[in-house]
Amino acid sequence: MKYDVAIIGAGVSGAAVARTLSRYNLKIALIDKEADVSFGTSKANSGIIHAGFHTGRKYLKSRLEIQGNLMFDELQRELGFPFRRCGVIVVAFEEEDLRHVQDLYRQGVDNGVIGIEICSRERILAVEPKLNPDVIGGLHAPNGGIIEPYRFVFSLVESARKNGVELHLNFRVKEAVRKSGYYEIIPERGQPVEAAYVINAAGIFADEISRIFRAESFKIIPRKGEEYLLDRMSPAFPNKVIFPVPSARSKGTLVIPTVEGTMMVGPTAVEIDDKEDTSTSSENLHMIFDFARRIVPSISQKDIITSFAGLRPALEGGDFYIDISEKAENFIQVAGIQSPGLTAAPAIGEYVKDLLKKLDCKLTEKKEYDPFIEKVIQMRDHTHFESDEIVRGNAVYGNIVCRCEKVSEGEIIEAVKRGHTTLDGVKFFTRTGMGRCQGGFCTYKAIRIIMRETGLTFDQVTKRGEGTEILKSHL
Amino acid sequence: MKKEYICIACPVGCHLVLEEKSKDDIKVTGNRCSRGESYAREEYSEPKRTVTATCSADNGRIPVKTNRPILKEHIDSLLKEIYSINIDTLVERGDVIIKNYADTGVDVVATGSSAGKIKS
Amino acid sequence: MKEYFFDCAVIGGGAAGMAAALEVEKSGFRAVIVERENTLGGILLQCIHNGFGLHEFKEELSGPEYAGNFSEMIYASGVKVFLESTVMEIGEAQGKIHELYCYSAVYGVFTVKAKSVILAMGCRERNRGNIGIPGTRPAGIMTAGLAQRLVNIDGYIPGKEIVIVGSGDIGLIMARRMTWSGCKVHAVIEIQPYPSGITRNIVQCLEDFSIPLYLSHIVSSINGKDRIESVDVTPLRDGIADEEKTFRIGCDTLLLSVGLVPENELSRKAGIRLNPQGSGPFVDSYLMTSRDGIFACGNVLHVHDLVDFVTKESRTAGANAVKYLKSALSARQYKVVSGSNVRYVVPQKFNFEDVSQFYLRSMIVKNDAQIEVKINNHLIKSVKQNHVQPSEMISVSLKKEELAKVTSVNDPELEISII
Repeated sequence: MKYDVAIIGAGVSGAAVARTLSRYNLKIALIDKEADVSFGTSKANSGIIHAGFHTGRKYLKSRLEIQGNLMFDELQRELGFPFRRCGVIVVAFEEEDLRHVQDLYRQGVDNGVIGIEICSRERILAVEPKLNPDVIGGLHAPNGGIIEPYRFVFSLVESARKNGVELHLNFRVKEAVRKSGYYEIIPERGQPVEAAYVINAAGIFADEISRIFRAESFKIIPRKGEEYLLDRMSPAFPNKVIFPVPSARSKGTLVIPTVEGTMMVGPTAVEIDDKEDTSTSSENLHMIFDFARRIVPSISQKDIITSFAGLRPALEGGDFYIDISEKAENFIQVAGIQSPGLTAAPAIGEYVKDLLKKLDCKLTEKKEYDPFIEKVIQMRDHTHFESDEIVRGNAVYGNIVCRCEKVSEGEIIEAVKRGHTTLDGVKFFTRTGMGRCQGGFCTYKAIRIIMRETGLTFDQVTKRGEGTEILKSHL
Repeated sequence: MKKEYICIACPVGCHLVLEEKSKDDIKVTGNRCSRGESYAREEYSEPKRTVTATCSADNGRIPVKTNRPILKEHIDSLLKEIYSINIDTLVERGDVIIKNYADTGVDVVATGSSAGKIKS
Repeated sequence: MKEYFFDCAVIGGGAAGMAAALEVEKSGFRAVIVERENTLGGILLQCIHNGFGLHEFKEELSGPEYAGNFSEMIYASGVKVFLESTVMEIGEAQGKIHELYCYSAVYGVFTVKAKSVILAMGCRERNRGNIGIPGTRPAGIMTAGLAQRLVNIDGYIPGKEIVIVGSGDIGLIMARRMTWSGCKVHAVIEIQPYPSGITRNIVQCLEDFSIPLYLSHIVSSINGKDRIESVDVTPLRDGIADEEKTFRIGCDTLLLSVGLVPENELSRKAGIRLNPQGSGPFVDSYLMTSRDGIFACGNVLHVHDLVDFVTKESRTAGANAVKYLKSALSARQYKVVSGSNVRYVVPQKFNFEDVSQFYLRSMIVKNDAQIEVKINNHLIKSVKQNHVQPSEMISVSLKKEELAKVTSVNDPELEISII
C-alpha cells in the first residue's frame, strides 16, 4: 500500500497529527503496534489540560502547551469528547511556597495565561472548599481543564479516518527500507506500507523507530507514573485540579477530578529501564496518600477502585523534540512528548504540518473535509425522560450492562462498530467495567456482545490484543 | 494405621484422629461430640461426596447433581461422563439425566430447567 | 414514560427479593419485583454446588434448586415480575409514593410507583483495586464470582493453572469447581491466620484435592505482561511481610475471593443512611431504612453466609412492609450497639413490643464463647456458642418477656458482646 504520509504511533501525538493532516489531499497511514489506538502512554495519562504556567516560553513544549490549550473548545465542539475547563490551582502551605507561587504567576502572565490569579487563603478556599484549611494561599488558573485522554485520541482517530486516513493496527515496525522517493515500512507480520514522508510519533519507542529509519540517535527514558483511581462517591471529589508546590524533596502528588466524575491521586515519577514495565508497587501507596491527605484531608485509601501506571516518554533536557530529521530524508521526529503532551497535541499537529510544508509536501485543502464526527449516545448524560425517547428509538439502549457507570448495550455495540473490539477498547470507549466493581458483573456481558457483533469466538476475545485472551477453553 | 480429619459436622472443626489397630478395633479421638466419631469412621471406610456439575445442552448448560453422595473413587469418571453428555431435549428440574451410575445406585439429576421451560 | 402502580416494589429478584415479595403478596397487597437479569434467582443460579436450604427446606439443595423452588412460588402467586429491567434511581417520594425509574430493552424506560419499597439488590465482590495487589495488569485475573458465572452458566474455562487469593467460601468452592473442570489449582492464599470460609469447604474443596492453603500469606506481586505468568507470595510475620521468604507460584489465572460488599449505590443516591461498618443501610427494628417506607433485607443489608437466613430476614422485611402499608408500625425504637468483639449488629434498633431477631459478626475466633445481651448494663440474655469466627454469622433472638425485665430503664440501649 502506497501513502504520501505514514505516521508511526497512534497515541495522542500521532492521532493529532493524523487528524490535522486529514484536512489536506494526502493519502495517510496511521500505524500502531497495539490492537487499538491510545493503548500506550496516552491510555494512562492523568487527563489534565494544563494552563500554561509551569514552564517558561523558551521551551517548545511550553509554547505548544499554550497554543494547544486554546484549541480544545473548538475541538470539543467538533469531536464531542469529555472535556471541562474546571480550572487548576497550586496550593501553598508554607511561606516559601508562596514565593514559588509568585514565580509561577509571573511565568503564567508572561506566557499569556488568561485569567490567572494569586489567591489569598480565603480566596483559595472559596475556589476549592475541599482543601485542608491549613492552606495559606495559592494560584488559580481557570483556563486549565480535564479530559478523558483515550476518548480524545479515539475521537481524533475517528475524525481522521472519516477524512480518509487509513489505520493499521497490530503493525509493529520491524524494518524500514529507503527506496527511491519513499520508505518501505516492513512490519513483523503482514503487508508492508510505503510512504513518501514518515512521522515518528512512537512515544516510548520513538528512539527505536528513529534507529530503524537510521535517523538521529537519542534515548527515551521511560518515567513511570503510578496513579490511583478513587470512587465517584468519594467525599474528597474536588472542583479543581490541585497541584502542590513542587519542592526539592518531592515532586508531590496531584489531586485530580476526572471529567467523568471519579477522581485520581498521583502520579509518581520514577525513571525506569524497561519500556513495557507498567507494574504498580505498594511502596509508594502510603507516601502518596499521606501527601494527598495533607492537601485534601477527606481523601481515603478506602475509596480506591484501582491503580495503574503509565510511562512518560522523556528525553534528556526535558523538552519536546519535534523537528525534521537531518539524517533520514523526509522523516519528522515527534519525540520526548511527555507532559504537557496531551495539552500540546493539537498544536503539535499544526507544528508538524508546517514542518511537512518545509519538506515540500504539497498541502491542498480537501473540499469534502468534515471536522465533525457523529456523537455517541451515553445514557449517563441523559435524564430519564430523554432516555425514554432514546430507548423508544432503539431498545438496546434500555439494557443497562454496566451498572456502576450506567453503560447500555447500545453503547457497547456502538463502540464495536467504531472499531473497538477488545475488552479494554470497549471499556475505554464506553466506561464499561471502569467503575467500582471493575467488571465483576459486566465482563461476561461485554464479552458476549463483542462476540455477537464481531463474530469472534469466545477464545478470540482479548483484553487488549493477541496474547491477552480472556477465556481459554470450553467444558 | 492412623489418619487425621477435620470434622465438618459443625463450625467448631474438631481435629479428629482415627486409629485402626485391627478391623474391629478402630478408635476416634479429638471429637467433642458423637457426630465427630461417625464422621471420622465414614471418611475412613467409605468417603462419599455429592457431585455437582453442568451438562451441555442445546440452549446453554444444565446444572446437575448426584441425588445422593457417591464414593469418592467414582467422581473422576462420573464427571467425564457428565461432561460428555449433550442434552437435546427440554429438561425440567428433577429429571434424571443418568440412571444408577456404574451400579452405585446413584442417579444424576437436573437441578435446573432448560431455558424457557420454567416461566409459566 | 409508562407508569405502574403497586403497594410494594421489590428491587432485585434473588433469594431476598423473592421471599420478601411473596410475604407481601400473601397478605393481599400487590407486589412487584424488578430484576435486571432474564431469570429470577440472582447469584444462586451460578452456585450450582450443594448445601443450600437445610433450614428452609430441610434438605440439601443446589443454588438453582433453591432459586427454582422460590421462582415457582413467585409465578404461582400474583407477584408481578419485570425481568431484564434495571432500577436506575429511587426518586424522591411524592407524598407517600416512591418512584423507581427502571430501564429495560423489553419494556423501555418506565416508572414503578409504590407505597413501600424493599431493597434486595444483594452484594458485589471486592476486587484487585480494593486490596491493592501490586504488579502488572495482564489478562487472566478475575474475581471468583465472575469465574463461577463463566464456568457454571456458560461453560467457559478462563485458564488451566489457577491460584486463588482469599479463602472465602466462593474461593474455596471455585477451587473445587476448577479442579472438577480439569484445571490445576496450585494454591489458595489467605492473609488472615485462619480461613475465611467454613470448615466443610476447607475439607471438601481443598483437602480432598490436596490444594495447599497458605494462611498469613499475601500475593505481593502479579507477574506477566500479556497473560499472568506467576504470582509472588510472601508470608506475614506478626502482620508484616517477611520479604526474604517470598516465593513464586506459576499460574495462568488468578481468582480473587477477597470479600463481598453490600451493593448500595442506589440506596446511597436515594439519600438512605448507610452504616460505614459493613456498608449496608442503617435499619430499625422493622428493617426499615432511614427513608420512610423503604426496607432492606438480604445481602444488601449485610452479607450473609447462609441463604436460609436471607430468606428468613427477607420474610420479616416483607411482613413489616405489610404492617407499614396497614399503618401498623408504631413501636418506639431504641438504639442497638456492637459490644466487645462484635463487628456489627443488624438491625441497629430494637423495640419492646416484638420478638427481636439480631444478626451479628464476631471479630474473634474462639471456642466456647458466650453471647451476652445487655440493656444499660443489665444482662438480659446469655447464649453459649460452641465456636465463633468472623466467617460465621451469629443469630440471636429475644422474646418479649426477656426484654420486659428492663422496661423501666431510662433511655434503654441494647448492647451485644462476645465474651
